[in-house]
Amino acid sequence: MKVLMFGWEFPPLSSGGLGTACYGLTKGLSKKGIGITFVLPYSFDADNANFLKLVSASNIKIKKIASALQPYMSSQEYKKSLDKKPSPRMYGSTLFDEVYRYTLAAEKIAEEEDFDIIHCHDWMTFGAGIRAKKKKNKPLVLHVHATELDRTGGHQVNQYVYDLERHGMHKADKIIAVSNFTKNKVMEHYGVPSEKIQVVHNAVDFSQHYHIENFEIKKTDKIVLFLGRITLQKGPDYFVYAAKKVLEQEKNVKFIVAGSGDMEPFIIEKAAELGIADKVLFAGFLTQDDVDRAYKMADVYAMPSVSEPFGITALEAMKNKAPVIVSKQSGVSEVIKHCLKVDFWDVNELSNKIISLLRYKPLQETLKENAYFEVEKLNWDVPAEKCIEVYSELINKG
Amino acid sequence: MVSVCFYFQVHQPPRLRKYSVFEIGHHNGYFDEHKNEAIIKKVTHKCYLPTNRIILDLINRTDGRFKVAYSMTGIVLEQLEKYAPEVIDSFKELADTGCVEILDETYHHTISYLYSKDEFKEQVELHNKKIKQLFNFKPKVFRNTELVYNNEIASFVEKMGYKGIIAEGADHILQWRSPNFLYKPKGLKNIKLLLKNYRLSDDIAFRFSEKSWKEFPLTAPKYAQWVSKINGNGNIVNLFMDYETFGEHQWEDKGIFEFLKHLPSEILKHKDNDFITPSEAINMYDAVAELDFPHYVSWADIERDLSAWLGNKMQQEAIKEIYLLEPSVKLSKNYALIDEWRKLQTSDHFYYMCTKWFNDGDVHKYFNPYDSPYEAFITYMNILNDFRIKANKLGEVNIIR
Repeated sequence: MKVLMFGWEFPPLSSGGLGTACYGLTKGLSKKGIGITFVLPYSFDADNANFLKLVSASNIKIKKIASALQPYMSSQEYKKSLDKKPSPRMYGSTLFDEVYRYTLAAEKIAEEEDFDIIHCHDWMTFGAGIRAKKKKNKPLVLHVHATELDRTGGHQVNQYVYDLERHGMHKADKIIAVSNFTKNKVMEHYGVPSEKIQVVHNAVDFSQHYHIENFEIKKTDKIVLFLGRITLQKGPDYFVYAAKKVLEQEKNVKFIVAGSGDMEPFIIEKAAELGIADKVLFAGFLTQDDVDRAYKMADVYAMPSVSEPFGITALEAMKNKAPVIVSKQSGVSEVIKHCLKVDFWDVNELSNKIISLLRYKPLQETLKENAYFEVEKLNWDVPAEKCIEVYSELINKG
Repeated sequence: MVSVCFYFQVHQPPRLRKYSVFEIGHHNGYFDEHKNEAIIKKVTHKCYLPTNRIILDLINRTDGRFKVAYSMTGIVLEQLEKYAPEVIDSFKELADTGCVEILDETYHHTISYLYSKDEFKEQVELHNKKIKQLFNFKPKVFRNTELVYNNEIASFVEKMGYKGIIAEGADHILQWRSPNFLYKPKGLKNIKLLLKNYRLSDDIAFRFSEKSWKEFPLTAPKYAQWVSKINGNGNIVNLFMDYETFGEHQWEDKGIFEFLKHLPSEILKHKDNDFITPSEAINMYDAVAELDFPHYVSWADIERDLSAWLGNKMQQEAIKEIYLLEPSVKLSKNYALIDEWRKLQTSDHFYYMCTKWFNDGDVHKYFNPYDSPYEAFITYMNILNDFRIKANKLGEVNIIR
C-alpha cells in the first residue's frame, strides 16, 4: 500500500503538536510496511539535515517543496516571517498566495507519483489533497489536528481558512479526527456526518529513555510549567491568573512560560500588573531537548487550553515524569486517566490542584508513577493500525 | 445436614464535600449532607425497604425457619435515623421476630485496629451501645470492617467477650480445607471462626446479572441444588454479602427480588437443610480445626489483602496522618471533634483513593463519588489539614487547663 502524504516538518524543527504527530504517525506506518511519499514544505534557510536522518527508512520517500509555510501560521505571522527570508520574492506575497503556490507544486508531485491513497494534515494541505484526488482519482483522507475554531477560540474566525476546511471535509472520502472532542466540532461546525469521521487518538514516541537530571533552580523553588504557543487557544491567561492565586498560598514557586505567540506581550504585562513579574519566567521557544528538560524540571505541568483538539504535550510531560493537569476541553483528557482534569475557565480549581500537587508529595509521586506506566502503552502502533484500517476500507470500496 | 447462614452488611459512608485548599483554616463543613441524604433515600427505596419486607414475609411464611443476620454500621444507622427513619422501624420489626441476629463491628466502619487498639475498642463499644439502644439486642459475634482479620484480631476480640468472629474464606489460608465448617482461631479456646463461602456468596452478589456467566440466569432451584450438594462435605454455608446486593447492585428488573423470595422454600425442600444465624451455628457445631491467619486478610478484590485501602502512597499517607491526630483529638474532650475525626476514618475514604483498578473501568467505579483517586486524595487531605488546625487548637486548650 502506498500513501501520498501531505505533511509537515518534524521535530526538532516543528513548532508544535502537528509536526510531532506527523513524525510519530509516519514512523508507525512505515514500521508496518506502508510505503509513504511524504510531501512537505521546505524552507531553504532551515537546517533539515537532522530531519532527513530521522526518516531515512527505505519505504519513505521525501518530496520537498520550497515554501515558507509553517503550521499554525496566521496571515500576519506569515508577512513577518517573509521579511526575515533571504530571498522573499520566491514565496507568495500573502499567506493565501503561498498556500496556493504550494498547492500547485503539490499537484505536480501527485502527477508524477504512484500511490493508492492520499492523506493530508490540516487546512494548508487540503487544497493539495483535493487536486491530487482529482488528478489521479484516488481516495482522500483528511486528518484534522485542529480546526480554525480551535485556533481562534471561536472569535474572529478567518473565513478563507474556514471555507477551505469545510470544502476539504466535504470533498474527502474520510476524515480522521484526533479526538471525540474534535469529531464533535467537525460535526457541529462543518456539517459532516458522524459516520464519515474516524477518531484516531495521538500517541507518543517512547524511544528515548528517562534519566534524572538535577537543576539549580530546584534547590530553592518549585516549578509550575506552561508549555505551548502563547495564544488564546492555549489559555496562558488562565495560567497567570492561577499563578497569582497559588502565590498567595505558597512562597517558593516559579511559573515558567515556555513558547511564543501573539499573546506574549499581554501575558508579560498581566504578570506585572498582578505583581508577580518576578515569579513568572518567560523561556521563549524551546528546542526539543530543552522541552524535555523543562518537563523534568516541573513539579506541575499545566495545560489550561480553551480548546485543545488533542494536546500531545500532556503525553510528553507524562513521559518525562511531570505531574499533569489538563483542561477537560481537550482531546488528550479522553485517553489518559493518570492526570488531573479541570475546566479551563475554573481558575480556582486549577489553583487548588496546583497547590495540592506542590504540597502533597504522595499525590505527585503516585500520579507520576502511574502516568509513566500509562503513557508507555500509548505508542504510535495503535494510531498507525487505525489509519491502515481506514486506508484499506477506502481502497477496497474502490 | 447443611445449614445456610446469611449475613448482610448494611453500610453507607459519610461522603465528603469537595473541599479546596482555599478553605483550609475556615473550618467549613466536611460532609456532603445533600449527597448523603439523596443516596440514603435512593437506597432506601431501591433496597432497604423492599428487601426488609421480603425478609419479614419469608420469616413469617416459613414460621421462623428462615433466619438471617445483619451487621449495620453506626454511621449508616445515624444516617437512616436522620433521613429515612422508616428503615430503622422496619429493622426493629425484623429484630423483634427473634429470627434475626445482629453483629457488632466498628461504629464508623474503620480499620482502626491497625493503628490504635484503644480507638478500635471504643468504636466497637459505641456500636454495641447503638445496637442496644435501637434494637435492644446484645451482639455476641463480631465482624471487622471489610472482614479484615488475622490471629491477633481474633485474640483481641475474644478478650472483648465475643463468641464468634467472621472472616473471608480465602483460598491461600484454607488451601485444601473447606470453608463449610466452623474453625478455631489459632491458639484460642473461647471463640469460633465463621468463614465466608466466597464462591456461593459472589454468585449472588457479583455474578447474578452477568450475562456472560455460564450459569446465567441464576434461578432459586439451581442455587438450592448447589447448596444441597454440600451435604456430606460440610455443615454450614456462610453467605456473606452487602445488603445493597438486593435492588441496588443487582437490580429489581434483573429478578433479584424474585430470586430471594423463592430461595428459602427451594433450600428447605431438601429435608436436611435449614437456616441458622452465626450464634446458633456456634452453639450447634464444633470447630473442626485450628486456622492460622498470620497476615491480614480481607474480603476485597482478588488479592484479599489490605491493598484496596493501603495499596499506594496517597492512601498510606492519608491514613497515617489521620491517626496521628488521636492524642490531640482525645485531649480536647470535645464530642463533636472526636465524632468528626472518627467519620474521617471510615475506610471508604481510602478506598476511593485506590489506583489498582483505575486502569480498567471496573465495577468499583460505580460506588466512587470521585472522578479519580487523585481527586479523592486532594479533597481528603484538604479536609484533614483543616481538621488538624482545629484539633490542635482544641487539644492545646485542654492541655493548658
